[in-house]
Amino acid sequence: MSSKIKRNVLKSMIIGVLAYMGALGVPQPAQAEYADVVINNYADAAGMRPAVFPHWFHRIRFRCKVCHTDLGFAFKAGGNKIDMAKIIDGKFCGACHNGEISWSVENCALCHSGIPGQPTHFHGSTVQRLIAPAYKPLQDKDAKN
Amino acid sequence: MNHKTKAISFSLAMLMSAFAWNAQSYADEVTGVELPVMLAEVSPANIFNVNLKKPKSRNLPPAEDGIHDPENEATHSLQHPLDAYKGLPTSEYGNYVDWVKALDEGKLRPRWDRSDPNEEPFVLDLDIVRPVKASVPDVVFPHRQHTEWLYCSNCHPAIFIPQKNANQISMSAILLGEKCGVCHGKVSFPIETKTCRKCHSKPKPADWTPPLSEATLKNPWK
Ligand code: HEC
Ligand code: HEC
Ligand code: HEC
Ligand code: HEC
Ligand code: HEC
Ligand code: HEC
Repeated sequence: MSSKIKRNVLKSMIIGVLAYMGALGVPQPAQAEYADVVINNYADAAGMRPAVFPHWFHRIRFRCKVCHTDLGFAFKAGGNKIDMAKIIDGKFCGACHNGEISWSVENCALCHSGIPGQPTHFHGSTVQRLIAPAYKPLQDKDAKN
Repeated sequence: MNHKTKAISFSLAMLMSAFAWNAQSYADEVTGVELPVMLAEVSPANIFNVNLKKPKSRNLPPAEDGIHDPENEATHSLQHPLDAYKGLPTSEYGNYVDWVKALDEGKLRPRWDRSDPNEEPFVLDLDIVRPVKASVPDVVFPHRQHTEWLYCSNCHPAIFIPQKNANQISMSAILLGEKCGVCHGKVSFPIETKTCRKCHSKPKPADWTPPLSEATLKNPWK
C-alpha cells in the first residue's frame, strides 16, 4: 500500500469514528408506551416534574367514556388546563385520585414523574412520527396558556 | 420569488454541488488505483433509510422509557406494561395489545362508570361503509367496537355529523389528527402500513379499476 492510501484509510477511519461518536451524542428518541401523555403546562414553572398520564394503565380499568364523557377531559393533550386546585376539588384526576377509587393526591411523585423540561406531548402519535410534519396554525381554543 | 430568495437558493445550489464534487473526489482518492472499485460502498452521509426511526425495543418499564425520570424514586414503583399485559391478546402495533379482542374475549372488563362496576355500555351494532375512490379497499366504520369504549357524544356531532356520507374524510386529514385521526394515531391503533387494512377492510368488486385522471382522458397524443 502506498503512503497516500494509508493516509486516506486513516483519514476515513477517523471520520468514521467521529461520525459514530456524533451519533452516540444525539439524544435517543423516547420509547415510552404508546399513548402516554406528558402534561407540563405549569409543573416545570412551579418546580415540579411534569405529570405523566398512562392511557394503557387506565384503559385496562376504565372505558374512554368515563374520562372523556363523564369527567369532561377534552381530546387534547394539555388542553384541559389541569392544576392542583381543580384536582383537590375532585375534578379531572381528582375525580378518582381521592383515596376512594384510587390512591390520593399526597402521592405527588407517582404523577409528577416526568423528566423535567419536556414539553406537553402525546407519546408515539402518528403525527409526531411523520417525516415532514405539516405546519398547523395554533387556534385560539388550542392555545396552551 | 424575490431577488433575495433567488440569491439564497442559488448559493444553496452552489454549496450542494460543491459538496457533491468534494464527495466525488474524496471517493476517488480513497479508492485510488490499487484498491478494487467497490460499488456498494456509500459515504457515511448516505446510510440506508435515514428517515426510518425504528424502535429498538417495545413495552419498556417506566424507568427506561425516556419520558419518566429514573431519578424520581416513585418512578420505580410504577407498573411495568408487560406485567399488566400478561394474558391479553397481542397485536403488532401501538401498545402491541389487541384491545378489541381483549374485550370481546372477556379478558378485560374496564368500567363504563367511574364507581359502579356493573354498569353496561350502550352498544350500537351498525356498520357504515365509505366507498374509497382509490385502489385500496373501501372503509368500514364499525359502531360496535367503538361504542364498547366510547359514548355517542364523544364523536357526534363534534367530530362526525351522524349521517351516512355527510362527512368529508380524507387520509391527509386523518394523518394530521382530524376525523378518525383524533383517536387513531394517538390512543387507538396507529396509522401505519400494518393497520391500513383494519379500516380499509371491504374488498373492491372484482371488476373494479381505478378511475382515469382527467389529464389522461383528455390527452391529445394518446
Ligand atoms: C393524580 C395525579 C397527581 C397527583 C397525585 C399530584 N398532581 Fe400535581 N398535577 C397533576 C397534573 C396532571 C398537573 C398539571 C400539570 C401541568 O399542566 O403542568 C399538576 C400540576 C401541579 C402543579 C402546577 C400547577 C399548579 O397547580 O400550581 C404543582 C405545583 C403540583 N401539581 C404539585 C403537586 C404536589 C405538591 C402534589 C402532592 C401533594 C401533587 N401535585 C400531586 C397531577 C397530579
Ligand atoms: C382515566 C382517564 C382516561 C381514560 C380512561 C381515557 N383517557 Fe384519553 N385522555 C385522558 C387525559 C388525562 C388526557 C390528556 C388531557 C390533557 O392533557 O389535558 C387524554 C387525552 C386523550 C386524547 C387527546 C390526544 C391529543 O390529540 O392530544 C385522545 C384522542 C384520547 N385521550 C383518547 C382516549 C381513548 C380513545 C380512550 C379509550 C380507549 C381514552 N382516551 C381513555 C384521560 C383518559
Ligand atoms: C376514572 C378514574 C381515574 C382518573 C380520572 C385518573 N386516574 Fe389515575 N388511576 C386510577 C386507578 C384506579 C389507578 C390504579 C390504582 C391502584 O392500582 O391502586 C390509577 C393509577 C394511576 C397511576 C399509577 C400507575 C402505575 O403504574 O401504578 C398514575 C401515574 C396515575 N393514575 C395518574 C393519573 C393522572 C395524572 C390523572 C389525571 C390526568 C389520572 N391518573 C386520572 C384511576 C383514575
Ligand atoms: C368513534 C366515533 C363514533 C361513535 C362513538 C358513534 N358514532 Fe355514529 N357515526 C360515526 C361515523 C364515522 C358515522 C358515519 C358518518 C359518515 O358516513 O359521514 C356515524 C354515523 C351514524 C349515524 C348515521 C347512520 C346513517 O345510516 O345515516 C347514526 C344514526 C349514528 N352514527 C348514531 C350513533 C349512536 C346512537 C351512537 C352511540 C351509541 C354513535 N353513533 C356513536 C362515528 C361514531
Ligand atoms: C373518539 C375516538 C375514535 C374515533 C374518532 C375513531 N375511532 Fe376507531 N376505534 C377507537 C377505539 C378506542 C377503538 C378500539 C381499539 C383500539 O383502541 O385500538 C377503535 C377501533 C376501531 C376499529 C376496530 C378494529 C378491530 O380490531 O375490530 C376500526 C375498524 C376503526 N376503529 C375504524 C375507525 C374509522 C374508519 C374511524 C373514522 C371514520 C374511526 N375509527 C374513528 C376510537 C376511535
Ligand atoms: C382509522 C382508519 C383508517 C386507517 C388506519 C387508514 N385509512 Fe385510509 N382512509 C380512511 C377513511 C375514513 C378514508 C376516506 C374514505 C372516504 O372517502 O370516505 C380513507 C381514504 C384513503 C384513501 C383515498 C384517498 C383519500 O385521502 O381519501 C387512500 C389512498 C387511503 N385511505 C390509503 C390508506 C393507507 C395506505 C393506509 C395505511 C397506511 C390507510 N389508508 C389507513 C380510514 C383509514
